Amino acid sequence: MTAITDRQKLQYIAAKAADARVNVELETEGMILNIGPQHPATHGTLRIVAKLDGEQVILAEPMAGYMHRGYEKLTEVRTYAQITTLVNRIDWLGSFANEVPFILAAEQLMGVEAPPRATWIRTLLFEMSRLANIILFLGDMGVQLGAITPVFFAFRDREYVLDQIEAVTGGRFHPNFDRIGGLKDDLPKGWLADTKGVMDKVRTFCDQIEDLLLGSEVFQQRTRGIGVIPADVATQYGLSGANARASGIDWDLRRDNCIGLSYPQLDWKVWTHPDGDSFARFWVRLQEVREATKMVDQLCDGVPSGPIMAKVPRIIKVPAGEAYISTENPLGEMGYYIVSKGDLTPFRVKIRSASFNNVSITPWLLRGVYVPDIITILASLYFILGDIDR
Amino acid sequence: MTHTFFSLELAYWQQTLIKLLAGVAFILALTGAVVYLYLFKFVSFMQSRLGPMEAGPYGSLQLLAEVGKWLQKEDIHTENSDRLIFGLAPAVVMGSTFLMFVVIPAGPNAVIADLPSGIYYVLAMSSISVIGILMAGWASANKYALLGGLRAAGQLIAYELPLVLAGLGVVIQAGSLNLQSIVASQSSGEIFGIPAIGNPFIITQIVGFVVFMIAVQAELTQTPFDMPIAESELVAGYQVEYTGIRFLVYFIAEFATAVGFAAVASTLFLGGWALPESWGISDDAMHVIGPIVIAIKAVLLVGVVFWVRFSFPRFREDQLQRLAWKFLIPITLINLVVTAVLKVVL
Repeated sequence: MTAITDRQKLQYIAAKAADARVNVELETEGMILNIGPQHPATHGTLRIVAKLDGEQVILAEPMAGYMHRGYEKLTEVRTYAQITTLVNRIDWLGSFANEVPFILAAEQLMGVEAPPRATWIRTLLFEMSRLANIILFLGDMGVQLGAITPVFFAFRDREYVLDQIEAVTGGRFHPNFDRIGGLKDDLPKGWLADTKGVMDKVRTFCDQIEDLLLGSEVFQQRTRGIGVIPADVATQYGLSGANARASGIDWDLRRDNCIGLSYPQLDWKVWTHPDGDSFARFWVRLQEVREATKMVDQLCDGVPSGPIMAKVPRIIKVPAGEAYISTENPLGEMGYYIVSKGDLTPFRVKIRSASFNNVSITPWLLRGVYVPDIITILASLYFILGDIDR
Repeated sequence: MTHTFFSLELAYWQQTLIKLLAGVAFILALTGAVVYLYLFKFVSFMQSRLGPMEAGPYGSLQLLAEVGKWLQKEDIHTENSDRLIFGLAPAVVMGSTFLMFVVIPAGPNAVIADLPSGIYYVLAMSSISVIGILMAGWASANKYALLGGLRAAGQLIAYELPLVLAGLGVVIQAGSLNLQSIVASQSSGEIFGIPAIGNPFIITQIVGFVVFMIAVQAELTQTPFDMPIAESELVAGYQVEYTGIRFLVYFIAEFATAVGFAAVASTLFLGGWALPESWGISDDAMHVIGPIVIAIKAVLLVGVVFWVRFSFPRFREDQLQRLAWKFLIPITLINLVVTAVLKVVL
């Protein structure tokens, strides 16, 4: 090994320093782009602060809380019957699905069990609200990628589903229909046949979406390999629902931990996709809509007879105790952890909503992508603002 | 020097003035028709909705209502914007659009200036809009506008090449850069000795036509190439800070450019204003029929643009650059070589 003279060392250091000076001079400042809170891609008021180098994202951080309504605290001053009105507004596209886990947890604390007919209709409406929710996603994904036609189809066909929900519950968006011990009302006459007709329309819609978006070369270029979430990262960030299943995690609460709903009696399939990219998330949700229409058809065929309300006292006081029930909501796992001290109101309610966890992966996911891909990834993760800021 | 114009003896300046006024009226009328027909009604039909129905019968006066609304709006500048450039940008874009029409013939005499190198003039004028868009993107002092302006500049320059190269095939075949000669060679041509429909270059230059229409789609920044204004990510790109009359100018420029490019495409590939010579229609009749013929062709081609626009998602910026440089330009070059060889051989 030849010895390096001091002179050489000094030259080397001087050259390095000169390089560094040039680099500092030439280095351009990154641009910080505020996406949101008011932005068409954020479905409300999510704010994403992205540090950009040209069009490439160096760092992106979601800032939640612009729509925080304090539901967990509000539930502490509401009676159990009043709380369903509140929780309706968490995931406002699939409202009925928000009520179910809360009611199930309260029922578990009280030791009440809903009669079979009520459970069955709950499952039916649960799947209908899943349809109302995910149909809109299928159209909205197109809008985020620039195809504005599919969303009109989505709004048109979601309206049929909402009409059916309205016919039963009286509310298009906020049914407030679930009660401790059963349901508020029975199904109206002729509803089951109408619903099966609507399911045919939804299946046609799925085919249209497959033609318009899924099969489109441009759509595939924009989504395949964009925002890949490996299965282990998905588990670490607590992803659930279709986002987890698109990463190949075969996990669905309807099948794996079904409490108080009629899923085990139905013939259906959990779809997964090995890729974990935006395309996979879209594809899994499309299959889920198809699966849900099949489930609704089966549910419409086999509604059991009997009462829709169990014997429940007029003034509901939930005995002291704790219960956690989660269900597979349209957006993912949604759970309520209720602590009761035996009062008219719960002592504390913790709401585990799916979108909050699903969006928490964005800083990891958005590093190094291009600006247009931010939108693709956010759209494919599919969050509802009300579900992030409760 | 006098020219015959509709059998009238007029001075050159009188003729030019008449042609200019008639041209502007013709462009605006066509643009309005296109907006109503496609942006309002055709799209609504595609998306299973009615579109405007209140203003006038079937909403036919909706565009007037919209223009009235825009004219009334407050003229807003952002605080940090470069006011002069900000105000000039729409004028540059609009100017580029209207200058395009100067050489597009709509009849035997109905052309404002019959330049010998007409096709190059058209394509050169159309690319001036890039400067206007860059000015708008920079002067708005808005990050979204800047991103949109830069994307637009890259995209418009990239797609200028396939546009020119696709047009070159026609130029070789017609043997002229002059749009009137190109029209004449199509109307007097014959297919395998049969002169029934002349020889519209769409038949021999089908590759050129398809590439030309794709490039037009990109030049107009319509979906699938609407990255520069991508409403779901850049909100409205370089237009984001514009309101009122300035936005109206952009709006008119966008659709007038669509009409302009469609008119160029129908001149180059579909025979322009002329009907086949073998039909034996006199020049006097063509003074009247010509504008109608080219208007119908142009409106139909704009329909194709809108049909594509409302059917597809959009490409990402790098993907659409790749499409231009790696796919469209080589294809047009091959087309050019084949055309040139065949021209010499046949």
